[in-house]
Formats: sequence, structure tokens, C-alpha cells
Amino acid sequence: MADPQSPESPEPAGESHPLDPRRHHPLELGAAEGPVLFVGTRKGSWALSADRERKNWKLTGPVFLGHIVNHVVVDPRDRHTILMAVRTGHLGPTIFRSTDLGKSWSEASRPPAFEKAAPGEEGRVVEFTSWLSPGHASEPGVWYAGTSPQALFRSEDHGASWESVSGFNDHPMWRTWTGDGTDDTPDGPMTHSVLIDPRDSNHIYLGMSGGGFFESVDKGADWKPLNKGSVADFAPDPNPEFGQDPHRVALHPMDPDLLYQQNHCGIYRMHRPDGIWDRIGDNMPPDVGDVGFSIVLHPRDPQTVWVFPMDGTDVWPRTSPGGKPAVYRTRDGGQSWERQDRGLPASQAWYTVKRQAMTGDSRDPLGIYFGTTSGEIWASTDEGESWARIAEHLPHVYSLEIAELGG
Amino acid sequence: MKVSIPQPLRSYTGEDTDVEADGATVEELLADLDRRYPGIRFRMVDEQDSIRKHMKIFVNRVPVRTLDTALEPSDHVQILQALSGG
Repeated sequence: MADPQSPESPEPAGESHPLDPRRHHPLELGAAEGPVLFVGTRKGSWALSADRERKNWKLTGPVFLGHIVNHVVVDPRDRHTILMAVRTGHLGPTIFRSTDLGKSWSEASRPPAFEKAAPGEEGRVVEFTSWLSPGHASEPGVWYAGTSPQALFRSEDHGASWESVSGFNDHPMWRTWTGDGTDDTPDGPMTHSVLIDPRDSNHIYLGMSGGGFFESVDKGADWKPLNKGSVADFAPDPNPEFGQDPHRVALHPMDPDLLYQQNHCGIYRMHRPDGIWDRIGDNMPPDVGDVGFSIVLHPRDPQTVWVFPMDGTDVWPRTSPGGKPAVYRTRDGGQSWERQDRGLPASQAWYTVKRQAMTGDSRDPLGIYFGTTSGEIWASTDEGESWARIAEHLPHVYSLEIAELGG
Repeated sequence: MKVSIPQPLRSYTGEDTDVEADGATVEELLADLDRRYPGIRFRMVDEQDSIRKHMKIFVNRVPVRTLDTALEPSDHVQILQALSGG
């Protein structure tokens, strides 16, 4: 099977990966007049494509049934390349690529991997790729991958091969920043929220759960912690320079100096020139709290943000508080929050929404979407006012990403 | 020599259960397998050249844990995965 090439993107042909029809179904996205949701789950990947009104959703897949799919991302610069971060319980991690919107797949010739250690030195091993980010609009073909353990990799050939970002991975403070594997979370430490400043391709952020939020202004050659004001109430020093547990960070596309963060210890906002995180989650209802994993921004209104609170009364629940799931929206930059649960289960719904399992489209009114650990996908096409379930019975959802394919 | 491939890796071999590959050591054999079926080695062996913890390689039914194990052309190499799922 040849790796399909697009006339618009001179991508290298990776090694084709034959799809066993018993476990892989080419994605059938049709004209895709509406947005398309790409779903990564513990047991494979699916896609949901909408009609123009976003009323009817068609489920297609699975692709790579049985594989753990941590992230599936469409390249917004060409709208036909998809990268998928994959592993299984037995096999090492890899990146699969499609250049025809999921009809066929090839494998990265060099997936993210550390350099081989010198004799006598302790070697590092990538357990899985947790995050994929397309690079700056001016750098077609550039992608970033965040991994577990926490590390950053870069591709300059549309994801076909990956190189270590040595400025981070070999930084003299790397072992200190990442905890050196001694404080891993049960699902493994993760790199996430690799954010590229739309004004400057050299300006990059990344989040480590745990480890904190970090910034580079020289394309990854050097990094500095950016955690002032965010709390680590689980640490001996609750206000450390690094070591916090950001769960998800987002940068506003209209105002790239504005950052929002859902942290293990609350919801925050930062005006980058000030360099201090302000805990806007203190304004959430006390009986709900401000623990959660994901955060979604309104692309046309920097003051409007959605979160999905989780039970933070103890370390372990991390389910919908009281079994009553709800999205919370602020329209004033976090000074106040409103509950949005119309259409969601009123009781006994104990699912979790993971850090990459909530997203928004760019339509008007904005669509908001989340996937659950119980395999449901929920959609709101009125900016969270009402909700409808658009898929169920899927495996545990790890990630949701949305794309406009321009059909 | 004959190499038996476990189900999770057969997407690389076109679903073939048994394939041919050559090498004087397990390391050389895996390199040859990777030439014939690109990408297969990294799914079994990490970047520090350690066999991944849920993979097992047997030579003539004897388990090996290091890649420098010597091979003879008549050897039968079996690659297995730990039994788990769900």
C-alpha cells in the first residue's frame, strides 16, 4: 500500500502500515460539511462527523482497535494530515500518520525516543506520547510531541521522524524538574499543553503533570519555570518555583498574552507580562470546587472559558461531583461562573472527563464537546446552554480534538 | 532462520505468523527483521536496546533477555507477548 501524497505537501513517504480489516476501518468522513471530532480512546480511535447544522453526527471507525490512542490531531495548516499517538500494553510507543484524512496510515520511521545512553549511564525510555501539537503556521511540517516521562520532541517532516528537543530533555535541571520518576502518577507523568505563540515561533510553552508550566523564548534551547502564583498544596512548600501539577493550559488565539490553566490545585489565569497566575477558581461554588482536568476557551471572546469540575475532595474520586456532571462557564474572565447542565444526567453519573477530552469548535454559536471515561461523547451547539449525547458505548475516552475539513 | 511473530506484531508482517530473517545474534536478527518489516524492532526493543518488559524472545524454546545472544542458522526464534488484555 503506497503512502498517499498530497500535491500541496511534499511529505516523505513513511512505511505503510497495512490495516487488518478485522480491527481497522478507514475513516469515512464524506463531505464533512460540519466539524469532525477525532476521538482517542483506551482501545482505538474513532471520528464523528457532523452535518452543517451539527445536529446529526456520524460515527466512523475504529482505527487501530485495541491500541491505546492518547491523542489524534489534524494539521490545521493543511487539513488532511492526521497524527496519532499510539501504544499498546505490550508494544512500544509509536506515531501513526495519515495524509488522506484517515483512509490509510503509515508509521513514523523514527518515533519519539531518547538518545541511547553512553555506557555506564542510565538510559531513558519513552513510555508513550501523551500530546501532539502542530507547529507554528509559518513552519509547515513542524510538529511537537510531549511524552511520558516528561520530554519534548520535534518533527520537521510532518511527523515522519522525531528528534529530541535537547534544550529541554538534556537541560541540567531536567531530572529535578520532572521528579526523576520518583513521583510518577498512576497513569504515568505526562507532558501536555505544548503551546506555540502565534506571534513568534520561537516562543513555546509546555506543561508537565507533574512538574509545572515552563516557557522557552528561543525555540526550545532553554527553558524557565512559569508557575508563580499557582499552588502545589500537596508539596512541602506549597508555593514552589516548579513541581506544580498543571492539568491543561490554553493560550488565547486573539490575545496570546492571556493564558488559562486548569491545575490539580485550581483554575488560574495569567496575563503573561505580569507573570503571575491568578486563581480564578476561587470564584467557583465552594461545594463544587475548582479541581478538574480540561479547559476550553472561546476563540472570539478572551473572557469566556469552560471547565468541567471533578470531585477534588480526595485524591481518588476525580468523578463528577455528587454524580451530577456539569460544565461551568465564565464570561467575565473567571470573576463569576455559571452551571451548565441542561440535558446532562441529573444524578448517578460518575464519569471523568480527562485533560484532553474536552474541546470547542469555532462556529457561531460555539460548539463545546466532551468525552467521558464511560465512553460517551456529549455536544452543545449553543455554547453550553444545552447538551446532547452524540455517541455512547465507546471505550474510555482519552482525547477529543475537533477539525474543520472544509468539505 | 524461522521467526515466529506474535499477533500484535503481525500487522508488520502482512499477518504472516512465521517469517524468515537472518543474523548471527539476536541483535542482528532484529535488525534484519526491521529491514524487512520497518518499525517492528522499536515495538519490541526500546531506545536503550532493552527488550520491552512485556515481550519475550525464545531461541529453541529457551528465553533470552539480551540482544547479544548468539544464533545458528538452524535456530527457531519465537517472539511472544505477555498474556494480558482487557
